[in-house]
Amino acid sequence: MEVKPLLKKLCEASGVSGYEAEVRELVMAEFKPYADEMRVDKMGSVIALKRGGPSDDHRPKIMLAGHMDEIGLIVSKIEKGFLHFTSVGGIDPRVLLGQEVVVHGRRSLPGIISSRPPHVLPPEEREKVIGMEKLFMDVGLPEEEVGQWVEVGDLATIRRDLVELQGDRVAGKALDDRAGVATVLVCFHHLASLRHTWDVYGVATVQEEVGLKGAMTSAYGLAPDIGVAIDVTFGDMPGLPDAETLALGKGPAIAFGPNIHPKLYEKLVEVAEAQEIPYQVEPVPGRSGTDAWAMQVTREGIPTALIGIPLRCMHTSVETGSVKDIERAGRLLAGFIAQLDEEFLNSLRGI
Amino acid sequence: MILILKELSEAFGVSGNEGEVREVIIEAVKDHVDEVRVDTLGNLITFKRGTGDSPLKVMLAAHTDEVGLMIVHIEKNGLLRFYKVGGIDDRILPSKVVRIGKDRIPGVIGAKPIHLLKQEERKRVVKVEDMVIDIGVSSQEEAEKLVKRGDYAAFATPFAELGDVVKGKAFDDRAGCAVLVELVKERYPSDLYAVFTVQEEMGARGARVAAYAVAPDVAFALEGTIADDLPKKKDTSPTTQLGAGPAITIMDRSVIADKRLVKLLVETAKEEGIPYQFKQPGVGGTDAGRIHLTREGVPSTVVSVPCRYIHAPACLLSLTDFENTVRLMKGALGKLTREVLS
Repeated sequence: MEVKPLLKKLCEASGVSGYEAEVRELVMAEFKPYADEMRVDKMGSVIALKRGGPSDDHRPKIMLAGHMDEIGLIVSKIEKGFLHFTSVGGIDPRVLLGQEVVVHGRRSLPGIISSRPPHVLPPEEREKVIGMEKLFMDVGLPEEEVGQWVEVGDLATIRRDLVELQGDRVAGKALDDRAGVATVLVCFHHLASLRHTWDVYGVATVQEEVGLKGAMTSAYGLAPDIGVAIDVTFGDMPGLPDAETLALGKGPAIAFGPNIHPKLYEKLVEVAEAQEIPYQVEPVPGRSGTDAWAMQVTREGIPTALIGIPLRCMHTSVETGSVKDIERAGRLLAGFIAQLDEEFLNSLRGI
Repeated sequence: MILILKELSEAFGVSGNEGEVREVIIEAVKDHVDEVRVDTLGNLITFKRGTGDSPLKVMLAAHTDEVGLMIVHIEKNGLLRFYKVGGIDDRILPSKVVRIGKDRIPGVIGAKPIHLLKQEERKRVVKVEDMVIDIGVSSQEEAEKLVKRGDYAAFATPFAELGDVVKGKAFDDRAGCAVLVELVKERYPSDLYAVFTVQEEMGARGARVAAYAVAPDVAFALEGTIADDLPKKKDTSPTTQLGAGPAITIMDRSVIADKRLVKLLVETAKEEGIPYQFKQPGVGGTDAGRIHLTREGVPSTVVSVPCRYIHAPACLLSLTDFENTVRLMKGALGKLTREVLS
């Protein structure tokens, strides 16, 4: 399975929280060859089932969640043909100046986020951060035409083709969390040639960026015996403390902390060691801010684990990660699933 | 016309490294002019004989260079430190894609994740000295195989049509270069020196020596200039406006335009029904700033295609403005005689 082209396709598709239709089509097409069943739930999450075997009786269920929504922009007002906007999800306005965007109006319109040329700015002006309320999207069309194609509430995404850096590194938008969706697909690919007794539900969740919403409802619907979220985690970069970041290319992060069932953590580490898959440990002392946080407290409680793909520059349009880390995470999950049995399930009750 | 603008916009030519742009232009103009030469700084000087009896020597200047970056240091972890080449607002740099060196190694200028920013940090502008370019390697050794100190980097922005408006990088001044490429396709009464200058962004250094060499009777700089025409709280001048026609300079920070040339341009525009605008006086500087002080002085002015977001990764201009700039200049060159200057 070629992961880089898959990731390119996924990242370049648009799917701002609540408006995941475009990326959903892609995700479903990618799951299709591996899934025994597939459906879209009421919130819009994609649920792909790969059945375990051979027993036809009660088979335990594991849910793998990667969120397919991305942060984005939404048109808040149109002034003289220029588009005021606000963000969907957390965006630092300092990464927006001069960015190219695609405005998803009645027609997709390329545009640019405004910036003023340095020539006309007094020096003190250049020391100030420009808030989102002072920025515009400019689609370069006459006022009348803008009105014809765009209205308040239309979404926009940063226009960014995946950039292939050296080796296995890539940079682009929406690696958070299309990297997680890709990981689930890699896992399904490996499962095709592995024996597993549990039913595996690959879920591409919606609206994670606005409050873990798709995970909340899909986990309720599936009531899995184990839930694993695959999301991005902070990669090391200048100016960030080592304690809060992980290296790129040194393997996926296996998280540990109150959000994580200790036995799942131990098992994942055991599988990684046994199969010689490089991994890193990520202590998460509280709120993980991922789908795992929502899954854990669904219904009567679900034993939950979290796999992290280290990512630099999260929530910018140059999110940078390592393709190998995604491949390894997928392999680790498949290895883990192949070892799940009744005994392990029982061991999860009562910590 | 769009094709040459696209090709010029996508070519790399940060000040001091204009070779690639020059090659594109030579290819485009060589069959239309009588002579082509490149001087020691890298200016491309072309000559096309005039049809008049006692032809004026007219210099038309457009600059080939663009603002960009230069790699100055490679960190142990393989990340690259850089400086700006030319006037760039630090605030437009984070979260952008660049290409480095002649192999165009892709790199990204990162920014910290919003999740880990302290409240006071979010109110601070990130300065260029605190930014790095990530090319996807983990060590200095790996990086040094691909990039060296002193390599230039340019924004990686593909050209595209949005409608009448087109998008691309470096319209300041590839727009002027493209206008000039169109102009040399015709012959005029005057002897035409079409000069594609280097290092305008460094203080019009190329134009200075080229004008000395050419010693023209009269000069026009052709520019892609500021259009600051988005809604603003304080209703200050837009400098120029996109779609309102070519912008004629009366005065900027570098030159007080020759009034006879301004009059010639305005009359031509009126006669031929070409929309035009005056650039807000006092803003910006161009090659004309140097050319008009050459030797004993050269009557000069500037005609510009209005561009939004110059000196940023992606600019916009109107093709109608572009075409009208070509028309206006063709008309003016057709009428330019010794009498105009007397």
